[in-house]
Amino acid sequence: MNLLDVAVTLTLCAYCLAMIIGLGRLLRGPRALDRVVAFDFVFTVALLGVLVLAIRYDSSTYFDAALLMALFGFLGSAALGKFLLRGEVIE
Amino acid sequence: MIVQAVVALLLLFSGGLVLAAALGLWRLDDFFLRMHAPALANTLASWAVALASIVYFTATDGRPVLHQWVIVILLAITVPVTTGIVARAALFHLRRDRE
Repeated sequence: MNLLDVAVTLTLCAYCLAMIIGLGRLLRGPRALDRVVAFDFVFTVALLGVLVLAIRYDSSTYFDAALLMALFGFLGSAALGKFLLRGEVIE
Repeated sequence: MIVQAVVALLLLFSGGLVLAAALGLWRLDDFFLRMHAPALANTLASWAVALASIVYFTATDGRPVLHQWVIVILLAITVPVTTGIVARAALFHLRRDRE
């Protein structure tokens, strides 16, 4: 194993741990907005993980997936926040 | 070899930042304090990963590969919008609970 493989594995392990902690906050969060923030965080970490996997498998197909994840993560979080703000998504 | 070292350093840096953000999300007391923690993952960590990806694919392909910036720029545009909406919703709930 060379240096890059070790670094990629360690980074993915750190991301996994961070996602588990984020999921813990998602389950525990006292209010709905805590859950929205935790969901957004887990989504962002998954996106970064996909970018790291692109380096790991040396393939640029993963960027499209990461781009779509960025778009849909924003859409989901914005819709949830909007819903909690007024009780309706589109006014 | 030096490319590998740079990419490995950037990836480990982003891993540490994401872990710090997760710990902040778990341990901070108030919702308004907890809102700050994910910004670490959204800004510096994603910039580090995109930079690592750009360095790696530029060195591998032998030509400049820059389209990873699109993801970072998209995050930089969308994350403040989400944060603003969530913060306004939190203030709304706080005021409603006080009345």
